[in-house]
Amino acid sequence: MTPDLECTDLVKRFGETTAVDNVSFSVPPGSFFSILGPSGCGKTTIMRMIAGFLDPTSGDIRIKGGSVLDTPPNKRPVNMVFQHLALFPMMTIAENIGYGLRRQKMPKDQIARKVDEALDRIGLPGIGGRKVDELSGGQKQRVAIARCMVLEPDVLLLDEPLGALDLKLREHMKVELKALQAAFDTTFVYITHDQSEALVMSDQIAVMNAGRFEQVGTGQDLYYRPETPFVAGFIGEANRWKGRIDRVEGKALQMRTDSGLAMQATAAGPMTTGDTAEIFVRPESIRLAASAEALSGFDNQLQGKVTSILFNGAASRVLVQDDAGETLEVTLPQSGEFDALKRGDAVHIGWGAAQATCFKGAI
Amino acid sequence: MRSHARIGFILLLTPLVLWLGLLIVIPHIDMFLISIRERISFGVYETSLAQYEKALTEPLYLRTFWRTAVMSVLATAITLVIAFPVSYYIAKMAKGRLQQVLFMLCLIPFYVSELVRTFGWMILLRETGLVSTLLQWAGLADQPVEMLYTDATMMVGLVYTSMLFMVVPLVTTLESLDDSVIEAGYDLGGNGVSVLREIIIPHAMPGIVSGCIVVFMLSLGNYLTPTMLGGKDSLWFTEMIYNQFIVRSNWELGAAFGFMLLVLSSVIVWGMLRLTGRTLQETMG
Repeated sequence: MTPDLECTDLVKRFGETTAVDNVSFSVPPGSFFSILGPSGCGKTTIMRMIAGFLDPTSGDIRIKGGSVLDTPPNKRPVNMVFQHLALFPMMTIAENIGYGLRRQKMPKDQIARKVDEALDRIGLPGIGGRKVDELSGGQKQRVAIARCMVLEPDVLLLDEPLGALDLKLREHMKVELKALQAAFDTTFVYITHDQSEALVMSDQIAVMNAGRFEQVGTGQDLYYRPETPFVAGFIGEANRWKGRIDRVEGKALQMRTDSGLAMQATAAGPMTTGDTAEIFVRPESIRLAASAEALSGFDNQLQGKVTSILFNGAASRVLVQDDAGETLEVTLPQSGEFDALKRGDAVHIGWGAAQATCFKGAI
Repeated sequence: MRSHARIGFILLLTPLVLWLGLLIVIPHIDMFLISIRERISFGVYETSLAQYEKALTEPLYLRTFWRTAVMSVLATAITLVIAFPVSYYIAKMAKGRLQQVLFMLCLIPFYVSELVRTFGWMILLRETGLVSTLLQWAGLADQPVEMLYTDATMMVGLVYTSMLFMVVPLVTTLESLDDSVIEAGYDLGGNGVSVLREIIIPHAMPGIVSGCIVVFMLSLGNYLTPTMLGGKDSLWFTEMIYNQFIVRSNWELGAAFGFMLLVLSSVIVWGMLRLTGRTLQETMG
């Protein structure tokens, strides 16, 4: 099956700086593809190249198999939902949604019917006569999507469209966007710096850093099997130790941290004794216990003092300072066992080597 | 507390009331009273509409009146057509320093008095002027060319004088248009013409209307440019007012002319607002 969108060896330079550095990816039809990265990593540049507002320095962009490099933005079968939505404030909602259809010279009655259908589809029937500024943030969001979707594009680009919404609405819109994508059955390419948006909605996520794709995969891949230290640090939370490799046996290894601890971990990629390396352990992979006996099954064990309890409902954390003086973040189990835990308490913590990922080279 | 606020309000309002009252309302009432009287003999006056009758029946007066109106509308339209691309370039396409420099370039001619600027045009366009000399040197003309004292020259002067007053409101409104809205216009299939018609012009409408009103009023009330560049062949209504007041000491007729001009500008501005479906409040606020 031809992918809906395919970029090969895409490069974009602005003078001396390389904003997008040799990026290749393909998006299968009907899927939700996210590009996730910190601000300034080049994700917006990729999107603007796909939409046609920027020309790539080199490389190719193909939509449904055909190169679109020579197609101007107004002729490309892609539409874009802008960061601040860019609804036309001088028009009513119906005129906004009908704008693209008017450009296609569709007869008036047909436009009116399509606009009504689109409004039904986004769950806002009968608001066609209203002005843009009479709508709430979430409604504008849906209108912006409907305005693109009436044109039945091959690919819909979304440029951090949830950024301007408040937290509650953003949570709600995540679910809604996914539902809209399923309803319209169109390929969505979504860019964001918010990992939770990407993880919740996407079929595939590309993590981008400094103009390159670090890793492309499902949310689970990125979270549980990060391939680079950047991905391990960017997706989810992680405790980190830097050090030098003591010994390696296949995937299993032991690293001596800079503070002198010996740690068991699993290697991501080939590694040899003496390499500098970094270990990542997620707070939820660390087991908290009152006594050392309860942790006997774990490869790594430490003891320390509770320095702070960060209560955040189900995502509550405890900060534990180990004997070497380093502070670790540990997830606080909500089973009631540690309800009495308070600052200054002595605790034991432990985690398995399989949960500790070790990357070569310290960053 | 309330009485304090009241006193403050009155104090703030006083300069405005004084300005409006002493400089605008009272002179206009006086002017109106002068315009509706007729001199019967030395020191004897009678109330009548004779001045307005004279103004509306004398072909020279009436022709000049309409000519001034039509030419002012034309000058406004030409100014808009020239200023719009200039403003669009300054507001949307020029970036950073270039933008400031271009805006300054529009502003700098206005540091000089209008009289000097108009003399500048005369130096360029007179028979022995720069343009005429250049044309002869290039062999495009075999004798000195007089380019002053025509309607076209006067129009050039009027447009030049008004340019800034159109560019400033246009740049301000165009700058407030988000670039992504224009991009969205293209992204959804629009071309240059439809984006201009459906997005840029509707957005710039408040600037267009307020710019047009200011330029129209300035042109209509302009005295210097038509007198210096238009000469005798292109009579402007303000020249006739001046003549009645100063040259002929006929204050009654001059006042009547003044009132006709006031009514004319009010009607045309009102018509302009009606045509674009805007209120004065929206345009000025």
